[in-house]
Amino acid sequence: MTLTSSDVTDDATRLSTQPAAVGAAGPSRQLLAPVRRTWRQLTSMRTALLLLFLLALASVPGSFLPQRNINPIKVQEYLAAHTTTGPTLDRLGMFDAFAAPWFAAIYLLLFISLIGCLGPRIRLHAKALRTPPPPVPRVLTRMPASERWETGESADEVLAQARTALNGWRVVQRDGSLSAERGYLRETGNLLFHVSLVALLIGIALGALMGFKGTVLVKEGDGFANAILNYDDITPGRLFTDDRLVPFSFGLQDFRATYADSGAALTFNADLTYKAGVDAPSRPYDLRVNHPLVVGGAKTYLLGHGYAPTVLVRDREGNELEQTVVCLPQGPTVVSTCAIKVYDAAGEQLAFEGIFTPTTIQDPATNRVTSVFPAPNAPALTVLGFRGDLGVDDGRPQSVYQIDKTRLEPIDDGTPHKLVPGATWTMPGGGSITFLDTTEWATFQVTQDPGKLVALIAGTGMVIGLCLSLFVRRRRVWVRVTPSAGGPDGAGRTVVEVAGLARTGAEAFTAEFAGLTGRLRGPVTAPPLTQETT
Amino acid sequence: MSNAALAGLSDDLLFLTVVLYAVSMLAFAGEQAARRSRVVAASASQAVLARQAAAARTRAMAGAGGAVTYAKPPAPEAPVVRSSRAGQIGLALAYVGATLHLGSIVTRGFAADRVPWGNMYEFSSAVALTAVVAFLVMVATGRVDRGLGAFVMLPAVLYLGLAGTVLYTAAGPLVPALDSYWIKIHVFAAILSSGAFLLSGVVALLYLLRARHDGQVAAGRVPRFPLSMGASLPAASVLDRVSYAVIAFAFPIWTFAIIAGAIWAESAWGRYWGWDPKETWSFITWVLYAGYLHARATAGFKGTKAAWIGVAAAGALIIDYYVVNIFVVGFHSYA
Ligand code: HEM
Repeated sequence: MTLTSSDVTDDATRLSTQPAAVGAAGPSRQLLAPVRRTWRQLTSMRTALLLLFLLALASVPGSFLPQRNINPIKVQEYLAAHTTTGPTLDRLGMFDAFAAPWFAAIYLLLFISLIGCLGPRIRLHAKALRTPPPPVPRVLTRMPASERWETGESADEVLAQARTALNGWRVVQRDGSLSAERGYLRETGNLLFHVSLVALLIGIALGALMGFKGTVLVKEGDGFANAILNYDDITPGRLFTDDRLVPFSFGLQDFRATYADSGAALTFNADLTYKAGVDAPSRPYDLRVNHPLVVGGAKTYLLGHGYAPTVLVRDREGNELEQTVVCLPQGPTVVSTCAIKVYDAAGEQLAFEGIFTPTTIQDPATNRVTSVFPAPNAPALTVLGFRGDLGVDDGRPQSVYQIDKTRLEPIDDGTPHKLVPGATWTMPGGGSITFLDTTEWATFQVTQDPGKLVALIAGTGMVIGLCLSLFVRRRRVWVRVTPSAGGPDGAGRTVVEVAGLARTGAEAFTAEFAGLTGRLRGPVTAPPLTQETT
Repeated sequence: MSNAALAGLSDDLLFLTVVLYAVSMLAFAGEQAARRSRVVAASASQAVLARQAAAARTRAMAGAGGAVTYAKPPAPEAPVVRSSRAGQIGLALAYVGATLHLGSIVTRGFAADRVPWGNMYEFSSAVALTAVVAFLVMVATGRVDRGLGAFVMLPAVLYLGLAGTVLYTAAGPLVPALDSYWIKIHVFAAILSSGAFLLSGVVALLYLLRARHDGQVAAGRVPRFPLSMGASLPAASVLDRVSYAVIAFAFPIWTFAIIAGAIWAESAWGRYWGWDPKETWSFITWVLYAGYLHARATAGFKGTKAAWIGVAAAGALIIDYYVVNIFVVGFHSYA
């Protein structure tokens, strides 16, 4: 026989706190009815399912279009290349897709739905945990698995055996019958999972609102103290205040990189000395990728590195200026571009555009230099000199990495000069530049995320909850014993009826149920009167 | 043995594996075809009986997958699993193939002196092994009939073939960002769950085929190829259950993989989540599987709709690994 769904909605067979399907409610004159209906609709499984799909769908554009939070330059390039569709996409928030209002709307609705659905479910489950398994239904054969047989043992003996067989179950004995249940942890796990989802969102929100991220470039031999003004770039959360910055400082003693023969990077190490506070002692730290420096709630990461050649520039009058210039790497062999500016040169200001090549080769035909390996095995600095006005007097901010050449004249007709360490180019018209040696720089990122721990705990809760929810099996079993008139020999006999219900793993339950009844009936028993395991 | 010799051995073992899987697939397909012709012969001679059985089957299907409605199945209209020489050979070859496959992965690890899942080629190979092993375990524990073998080995062969040619990368060291024990945990969990997810995707497709086939039979029509292949497949309710069981196994592992990845990202890049394309597609995959699990518990979405979600989720997984790695550059673009 088949159980229809209307048979299983009563208390005896309900094994989960899943919200019932929202039916079409009849017309109601109550003012609140539409509100209530909308709420029921919003917290239904169907809505949750729909919103989950919308969430998946809404995540797609952000994965194919460039995103400002990951690569703002790519976004600029995209906008420049797509002048018609670009601005429309931008207006729709497609380049900040995960911060866009439509994305937020979906996940907020989903979480409202989730919280709305969790409340009643937690209450129901708490009640189920306190309520003993329901009494034996009148007609046991209507249950998905049932069996009935007669035995010579007394009713009490059978019930005692049943209790032993149901060891580990929650068993309630009511006269002549047992109700047993197992696997409450399934629902507990499911609720733990969904509650952890809410906690995860809270953790993420905490980090986004109260967190901080800043990056800073430090040359070998230089240092950094954690203060807003010392950063090159910061992204504070909306509720972040400067006094939340953890006080610490570090110096970069040495940066080391090793490479495979192919040029692929093997290791990066930044040897730091740091102080965890103003008065704290100075300690060494080996900062690596995957090995950040942790001081209080602040973590310092190694982000990138590059070369900083030191040059000595003499002006016409012989004044010397030594500079260590940060050069920006342009590719895997770390060909780097440098901008050297001398504001205080006697007479006219001086500037040099430089190309730094760590392992230099020069094409004999074209004289072009390039690098064939990222390590400084044969470093060279190739410079192009300029003289004139650097254009800083009009007060406009200038990038240290770029030279404004509008009021500059090239020296030596713009001929590049390749300098190896120690080499000097004496410029026509006076002055010279000497490439002294090569040092390195590294960029660091400092982050503070007060929601991280909450998120981690929530994540752990999710995994545990899922495992319980997917692997624990909820079952309910009833045993009823009724003394019968007995057989032809007049001896008293007992009719045993057993029935069971499973919400999940129904195939496995057939075997479990057979095992249970087998244990109950013992090795020698009469054949069952009826058997209806399905 | 030198590292170069080990690397060579690993490559040779992979080649042998592909050959064995391919032959195993042919053997399974042979068994399948033999069964199909038996089923067709039976239904041709007893059209009335077949129609009755089909009607019974749709009745059973209506009840399948429900909360507690699992009635006694009607007279077994599904093809009886008969022992066939071809099927046994197919299974044996699959076992040997999986063993060599494991050998190929292990020797690769020794050759490169690290865990053998550091680039797309190694990763794909390990995912394929997981899918094949998951299938063999299901067969060994009696959860599913080995008749599915041809349908599992075919994608495995294609997948491994592509991995070994298009994605092939010589054994070598890892870039610094990958040198962390979290990567071992994260990627291992991702491999386990991905292999299982891909298997469930195949089974969900077979479910759809079988359900469509059953629908046609119930309507009194004779299904044509490719729907006719449905006749020799396990019953739709069985395929549905298998697909669910595999997803239920893989989903917590996938969840864990994402969390481990977030922990790794936090220690390598200073943020645990950044909507990098790779992270985004892992998330989409996760949400779709969550949707699948919900759908199975939501009235009106059981059966065919849930199966389509399972297929879509497996599609998202494939996009996650291949489309994103090859065409979209993100933080993860090392592989
Ligand atoms: C943030 C969005 C959500 C996600 C990611 C999610 C995810 C999941 C997953 C993965 C499962 C299967 C594992 C398990 O049984 O624990 C599940 C089950 C379940 N979810 Fe959700 N869920 C979400 C929101 C909701 C909402 C809003 C509801 C309320 C309508 C809900 C109700 C349920 C129920 C009742 C089950 C158990 C299904 C069963 O009995 O098999 N979930 N959810």
